[in-house]
Amino acid sequence: MVDLILALVMLLNFALLGSGRIRVLIRTAAMQGMVIAALPLALGHEHGTRGVVLALIALVIKGFVIPAILLRAFDRLNIRREVEPFIGYSASLMLVALGTAGGVLVGRHLPLAPEHAGNLAVAAALATVFAGFLLLITRRKAITQATGYLILENGISIFGLTLVGGVPFLVETTLLLDLVAGVFVMVIVMNHIHRAFTTLDTRHLASLKE
Amino acid sequence: MDAATCIAIAIACAALSSVPGGLRRGAGAVGSAIGLGVAGGAAVVAGCWGLWAPATLGAPSAALLDGWHGSLAVDGVSAVFLVACGIVAAAAGLFGAGYWRDTDQPAAPWTRLFLGLLVAGMLAVFSAGDVLTFLIAWEVMALAGFALVATQHRRSEARAAAWLYLICTRVATLALIPAAVLFVHLTGSLAWSSLSGVSIGNPAAMAMLILFLIGFGIKAGIVPGHIWLPPAHAAAPSHVSALMSGVLIKTGIYGICRVSAGLDAPPVWWGGTLLTLGAVSSVLGVTWALGSHDLKRLLAYHSIENIGIILLGLGLALVGRSIGNEAMVILGCAGGLLHVLNHALFKSLLFLGAGAVDHACGTRQLDRLGGLARRMPVTAACFLVGAAAICALPPFNGFVSEFLVYQGLFAAVRGGWGWALGGLIALVLTGGLALACFAKAAGVVFLGEPRSPAAAGAHEAGLPERSAMILLAGCCLAIGLGLPLLQPMLTQAAAACAPGAAVALAPLPAAWWVSLAAAAIIAGGWALWRWQARRLVGSGSAGTWDCGYAAPTPRMQYTASSFAAPLTDQLHAVLLPERHHPDLRQYDGNADAVRLFPSQAAFANHPRDPMLERILHPIAQAGAWLCVLLRIAHPGQLHVYLLYLALALIALLLWSLA
Amino acid sequence: MTWLDPDILAPLVLRILAHLAVLLLLPPLLIGLIAKVKAFFAGRNGPPLLQPYYDIVKLLRKGTIISRTTTWVFRLGPVLGLVTAVLAGLLVPLGGISAPIAFAGDLLLVAYLLALGRFATILSALDTGSAFEGMGASREATYACLAEPALFFGFVALAMLLPQDAELRLGDLLGMAPVGWAAAAGGMALITAAWLVVLLVENCRIPFDDPNTHLELTMIHEVMVLDHSGPLLGIILYGAAVKFTVIGMLLLGLLLPRTGHLALDLAWGVGSLLGLAVLVGVIESSMARLRLLRVPTLLVSAALLAGFGVILLAVR
Repeated sequence: MVDLILALVMLLNFALLGSGRIRVLIRTAAMQGMVIAALPLALGHEHGTRGVVLALIALVIKGFVIPAILLRAFDRLNIRREVEPFIGYSASLMLVALGTAGGVLVGRHLPLAPEHAGNLAVAAALATVFAGFLLLITRRKAITQATGYLILENGISIFGLTLVGGVPFLVETTLLLDLVAGVFVMVIVMNHIHRAFTTLDTRHLASLKE
Repeated sequence: MDAATCIAIAIACAALSSVPGGLRRGAGAVGSAIGLGVAGGAAVVAGCWGLWAPATLGAPSAALLDGWHGSLAVDGVSAVFLVACGIVAAAAGLFGAGYWRDTDQPAAPWTRLFLGLLVAGMLAVFSAGDVLTFLIAWEVMALAGFALVATQHRRSEARAAAWLYLICTRVATLALIPAAVLFVHLTGSLAWSSLSGVSIGNPAAMAMLILFLIGFGIKAGIVPGHIWLPPAHAAAPSHVSALMSGVLIKTGIYGICRVSAGLDAPPVWWGGTLLTLGAVSSVLGVTWALGSHDLKRLLAYHSIENIGIILLGLGLALVGRSIGNEAMVILGCAGGLLHVLNHALFKSLLFLGAGAVDHACGTRQLDRLGGLARRMPVTAACFLVGAAAICALPPFNGFVSEFLVYQGLFAAVRGGWGWALGGLIALVLTGGLALACFAKAAGVVFLGEPRSPAAAGAHEAGLPERSAMILLAGCCLAIGLGLPLLQPMLTQAAAACAPGAAVALAPLPAAWWVSLAAAAIIAGGWALWRWQARRLVGSGSAGTWDCGYAAPTPRMQYTASSFAAPLTDQLHAVLLPERHHPDLRQYDGNADAVRLFPSQAAFANHPRDPMLERILHPIAQAGAWLCVLLRIAHPGQLHVYLLYLALALIALLLWSLA
Repeated sequence: MTWLDPDILAPLVLRILAHLAVLLLLPPLLIGLIAKVKAFFAGRNGPPLLQPYYDIVKLLRKGTIISRTTTWVFRLGPVLGLVTAVLAGLLVPLGGISAPIAFAGDLLLVAYLLALGRFATILSALDTGSAFEGMGASREATYACLAEPALFFGFVALAMLLPQDAELRLGDLLGMAPVGWAAAAGGMALITAAWLVVLLVENCRIPFDDPNTHLELTMIHEVMVLDHSGPLLGIILYGAAVKFTVIGMLLLGLLLPRTGHLALDLAWGVGSLLGLAVLVGVIESSMARLRLLRVPTLLVSAALLAGFGVILLAVR
């Protein structure tokens, strides 16, 4: 069951890197977040009301709240669809594949505890982190980079949820708060970028360097 | 119900004091005043209660983090600080009710919110039961202070002051966190009292003490960590400056007291360093104050001076503990702690007076004011009381605490510890310079003729402001008259601050005589005043004697800079003022001809803070030059930086596999 | 109660009365004597010895004109000046006649009472809004600040001679002077010289200030009281005389013997005060007033000399 979920996550990575439409991107990221939120229940680490409540909170935040913030920004700023990334869609997809393979390899060689070996966890986590970084590095529009940040966080939380047995309530909620705050700040910055340059292309930020 | 519950109530009241303002328009000022007043009263009660019956209050059992429960504790060390905080907070709240109204200041609700948080943070710092609670409360207090300094952020000087304050408070926290880590490492627990088993000889303990000194010293404004104090206290609204000068900087002193009280056998270098820093701060602080033209900056520099005096007392007590001289311990501790309270009272009084002046005249420049005693009689009288108190003149409270510190210094010299002589001379110099400086400040601002139309049009402060100032002035006089009543409290607090030293609860020498002298001054002065008032009935009036010039103007009066000029000329090596001379030699481009006809010229003389301008700025510029060399790796493109991150991550991953 | 015993009470009352008489009745005579000595050196007859008494009484009966610029601070200056001088005098012994009031730390109260008087005088000068008074106030504040360390160095030197368990009383401190002279006469001489400088500065005598000049630009004390007249001026004159006597008693405490016999001590005390007045008169007649820029240098040197005296006494 766990492996299925992780495989789904890795597939969603491909979907993210391959699509060029921003709405689709945000919705896919939301779906990935919701899938990951269900992970602790599937793993069996958390039982009882605390686990369910935590999963629900994560689901709501990652699946609805954050995408809502981003979509609202998207609508307000009247952005056209994404232009070509720096390295092209096919090259991005190939890099994601490479990253996934690399993640599987690294996962084999890391000195993991016996119950985690043979699991797709490390591979999925590394692949997702890599995908997030790719979005951040190769896309031009700030809103896509914000989505990349979300994917990055997803990857990190996969690490946390699968390898650490039982994260304290406080830490979990703080991480989610962190995420919301980060996205909030990014939306504000996007506003400012748009106002200054009438576009969200972050290459223009280089003109700030003196 | 015990002292700790009382202080918890006080903290809650202070934090919530801004809520009425948010709920109902127009209720903000009154709500804040009442909230802070209740909080202040509860703090005073908690302090006095906790002095005799120390109490602790732990947070409810759900541990927020592993092994830590937040806790509040009130005991002898925090008592004096809580009393000081309580009184000043109540006065500041009352003052703010009239001074910072919603009608004049659109952002007033925010100011009240942060004011409440600041007071709550300070009360929590003083009553924190363990190191982690202390640090959290410290941060709350520091950040609330930043928000308050930046209140008038439309002015560039306020922005610069807020920025400098933020940097310095970050550096202070940067020193405190490793110190706290070392503390836990050495003692194995978070409680302050667990320091008593630690031997001070090992390097980790020494490093911890030094880091604590740096962190607390920056917050307290000890030279050389004082650079944030004058701009911040000048830029903040006056009732906030009163709180900051009166209580915020005492949190640093409280930290030093706490750490010292926890030590079994404080090393001589610890007390000696504090004594030296105190002596240097006091003399330098008052010297820089002499050169200041701005009323609030002047008061801020005097805060540095008085922190120096407090450290003289506390350092003396610590040295006394190290060498076993009991007289030094009791006199130094009692004097230092009483000066904490006294300074809080008279400094806030002075800042509130300065606030009233600023509000009435719209300027803080000494040379634009004058003649305000006729237009603002109550403010003038209260400011003069504060000025006399800060110059340590009987019958007010400043004399009482300096009396104790002096006696401690004499006891040290007689006991064979000759370094105290330096402290003694520093204290003498400070007293003389402070008298000159406050004669300048009070005289130029309130006496004589108004030097500008703004001063001529000044109006008296409103009822809340006057009540706050009269309250503080009354406290100053009461302490000056009532040392015997305070004596048990002081000896108890000194015993708490210096555990292990057999501090006998003997009466402090001559407490009754000092009160009698104060009463005699007041009685004698009153009697002679009545006599001369009767004699002078029917006296005529005329203009001031002008040597027959017959057309004197207010501009002919002595200015503040002229008043201080003989002293500042003597001390120019310390003040390093910046002078802009008119160049008298230029005449139509011909550099050799001297001007033959009168024309306009300008002369300006500004004191600069040497620490900031001559030492820190050049160091920062050298660092910046080094950083310019790193520009090569900065193309400015966001994506490249993200690429750097990803590459670093991959490199680490590969390295971990190898 | 032992002190109600007539054998102990009578001498105590007599001692207090003698001290008060000297403190309250003698000062104007000293001022008159100084003026007489200066007149003698100038080849004049000079005013009568009791002239200051006549002046004070005359002024107390006169009317007064008060400047429109001033407030209550103006009138508080003379009041506090006199009150503080008298209260300080109650704490200072006159040679063998001990002070009516003595307690641990009273020397600090003396110093700060004089400071209070000075503060009040400076503020009353600034209250008039005149440039002259401001000038005088500024100079007074500067010189007093620079002169304080000399006074305190003297206190420290004597305090080091006190036995360990004795309290820090001014009477006991000055009682240690013979011990100091025996141990390190050089150090005591330096301290005496420094305290003489303090006497001259605090009372605005030549070489720091000329009490007889009529040029406002050069005055210090005289110009601070330029606008006071009538009873206020009378109080000021008397207060200044009392202050001179008090600091004189302090200085003489370093030099006077203590015989234990009240009449003899009184004679020594009064005689030496008169002698001090003559000495001040001689100094005033034989020196010109210093350039104002030189005064701080002299004051700092006096303080350093006193410090040197402390060192000499400490290493005895």
